Amino acid sequence: MAAFGSFALLIALALAAYNLLAGSVALRLIATGQPVRISPERLADTARRAGIAGFIATTGAVFALLWSVFNNDFSLTYILEHSNRALNPAYKFAAMWSGQEGSLLLWAWLLAIFGFVLRLRHKTDVKLYAYAGTILAGVQSFFLLLLCFPATPFALFRGVVPADGNGLNPLLQYPEMVIHPPMLYLGYVGFSVPFAFALGALMMRYPGEKWIKITRTWTLVTWLFLTCGIFLGMHWAYAVLGWGGYWGWDPVENASFMPWLTGTAFLHSVMMQERKGMMKSWNVWLIFSTFLLTLLGTLLTRAGLVSSVHAFAQSSIGTWFVTFMGVVLAVCIFTYIYNHKHLKTEHHLESLVSRESSFLFNNLVLLTACFVILWGTLFPIISEYVVGNKVTVGAPWYNRVAVPIGLFLIFLTGVGPLLPWRATSFKSIKRNFIPPIVALWTTVIVCLAVGVRPWAGGQFNTGSFYAIVDFAVSAAVLTAIISEFLRGAAVISRQTGRNLFTATWLLTRRNTRRYGGYLVHIGVVIVVIGLAGSAFNKNIESELSVNDHLNIGPYQLVCTGFTQDSNDLYDSEYAILGVSKGGQHQFNLMPERRVYHSEGQPETMVAIHSTPLMDLYVVYEGTNPDNGHPIIKAFLNLLVGWIWAGLVVMVIGTFIALVPSLSPATASLKVPATRPISVQPVLKGGD
Amino acid sequence: MATPLRLTFWTRLVEVCVLALAVCFSVGATDASSRFNDLGHRMMCTCGCAQMLGECNHVGCPESGRERQELANGIASGQTDQQILDMFAAKYGATVLAAPTTHGFDLVAWIAPFAVFAAALLGTILLVRRWSGIKGVRAAIATSGADLASLEPADRERHERIRRETGMDDGGN
Repeated sequence: MAAFGSFALLIALALAAYNLLAGSVALRLIATGQPVRISPERLADTARRAGIAGFIATTGAVFALLWSVFNNDFSLTYILEHSNRALNPAYKFAAMWSGQEGSLLLWAWLLAIFGFVLRLRHKTDVKLYAYAGTILAGVQSFFLLLLCFPATPFALFRGVVPADGNGLNPLLQYPEMVIHPPMLYLGYVGFSVPFAFALGALMMRYPGEKWIKITRTWTLVTWLFLTCGIFLGMHWAYAVLGWGGYWGWDPVENASFMPWLTGTAFLHSVMMQERKGMMKSWNVWLIFSTFLLTLLGTLLTRAGLVSSVHAFAQSSIGTWFVTFMGVVLAVCIFTYIYNHKHLKTEHHLESLVSRESSFLFNNLVLLTACFVILWGTLFPIISEYVVGNKVTVGAPWYNRVAVPIGLFLIFLTGVGPLLPWRATSFKSIKRNFIPPIVALWTTVIVCLAVGVRPWAGGQFNTGSFYAIVDFAVSAAVLTAIISEFLRGAAVISRQTGRNLFTATWLLTRRNTRRYGGYLVHIGVVIVVIGLAGSAFNKNIESELSVNDHLNIGPYQLVCTGFTQDSNDLYDSEYAILGVSKGGQHQFNLMPERRVYHSEGQPETMVAIHSTPLMDLYVVYEGTNPDNGHPIIKAFLNLLVGWIWAGLVVMVIGTFIALVPSLSPATASLKVPATRPISVQPVLKGGD
Repeated sequence: MATPLRLTFWTRLVEVCVLALAVCFSVGATDASSRFNDLGHRMMCTCGCAQMLGECNHVGCPESGRERQELANGIASGQTDQQILDMFAAKYGATVLAAPTTHGFDLVAWIAPFAVFAAALLGTILLVRRWSGIKGVRAAIATSGADLASLEPADRERHERIRRETGMDDGGN
């Protein structure tokens, strides 16, 4: 099977190279109109078919690797290092992306799937798809080159093959690890498609904004995958690493967040191009940057450029990545310089206070946030290079620099929908902004009244201060968005006589993109409220023998026992804790600590009890070597559930935005015939 | 006529915001436990766990216990926060500090993000104002000059299209 996999990869590389070369030649011939013996259209079609065949070959390689892992073929070095016989079948899938070679194969395979779908749909716009397909083939060639030479997953183990493998990293043996990396990779790889269309459209001086409409679904779906991937990673860190948090500003976490920020900026600014023919160059560079940042993310994860607890597999492929990023950047710059006149804007902004300028500022803040994170991630390297002194850039730096920028971004999330397109009047601003401002100051007063004070305890507490600002701005934004929904729903309700809830649903269906987007904004605000809860977290650590207890917040934890267990994979120690509240027994928690046989590495299995207001998060830290008593650390983490709930709202909002809006004709069929229907401005998008 | 009202409204809003911020920032005192907690979150554990000293959760960690004791001793001996941080940096290297310092090259780490943000903000405002100016001039030409008939056919068509598109928005967000 190793030979089959290797040959499959070589064939895939040959097909991708043919796709790239034949596609490039054919498109050049079509562009110049040079007469040749072979029809350029037919040549382009052979390139397209090679791309489709490349998908089959790459799938063959994936099959070979999976077959090897499920059949415990430890003659392959990769399988030996990332699997063992006792590994749960679900985690055998995870073994595919737990190492560098496997994750590169996953990248290549996902790109092949995207390319396959794209090439099958080529009739939408044959020429543009041919350009995009050829560019994707270039990206695919790079990854297949890596897989065939410096990072082949089918390398054979030299020497006597051991009877069992080293097993999967225990930290990865967690359900989310089966779906978190593929989600993240779907996000990373997915941005290759809008990148290919943007570059292709620029190369061929594609008239109009059709390429944006074509890639809109790709971009949204990709963004959704990346969002889910990031949040699943947060949840994994929360549930597995046992330090009580979900985001540590680790370089690899940052690497996934940066393309998310530029991708989000792109999703907003393309609306300006679609509607007003503005920001064309900006959009092209946003998607170029997003793609380059996805490559940077892979480089950071895989090449050991910066130290990170996430860099599971480090190697020397960094040079390959840097070279490829250089080539991509050079192609982008050259194409832009050569064709930038084609991107001349059709309109300009008319007012500093308008929907257009709010999009512009939104982009500005998102890109600044991206720069801040990139700067923080790379500053240790820069510092070492400039002054020979390596420094740490950790959470305190990000909290001081990134949090204010994030709050400003949330503020814009609320302001944007309140501003009309083109220009606005002071009267209109006043009318729209009064409810959010009232909500903002009411929240501040409520927070102070319930005892949230930044100066509590005799010292100014930055966390509490940011939390109050966060709650207040979030309340204002929620008020702004909900009032937008209600304003529109009220008009529909008056027109159709339906209740407000049904009218809101109809309003959303009539402009899914706009109101789905608002729902995503609500999700983001819910997440931000959850993040602010961390300012009030508490923790306590205690050694407990049987019947000892510790108190945290409203809970009392009583140790009712501690014991040990063992199975084929690991030995475990765990404590049984009875949790009571107000003197009443509520539930039991069993925090656990495992030591895996294969690697001898301990892993924490945190016990979490979640409520909408707080999580009781209990970690079994180990035992006191003197008396064998367990050491328990309990955290009371506030509003963490809101983060996961916010994600659900974001996902629902994105799905709604992906559904086509009801056309006015379809919508009107469902309206009672007794009432006359008039088209109101509120039913039109975006004003 | 609306200008005084406008100024009053915004002036009051700014006043309230500034007052609120001033109240928040003006109060401050310190005690040993809060200083311990604060400083513990401004330094890293040096055992290689990549966690902050105040959060290191490794039982039997060879470093964090000793470092915490040193931190407590530093506070008890009356050293200032800066003296304690300097002491740790001198003993364990600059990487023990969870964030760059505010002097020397480290200062660049703090300044660059805000400088970039300020420059981008200023640039955007100037750009929008310039575009608004261009638009204003164009609008003046279009309305004061005789009419669209005096324009070139291509410009006339563009004007028509702009009017059509901006006047009949039907898109998404």
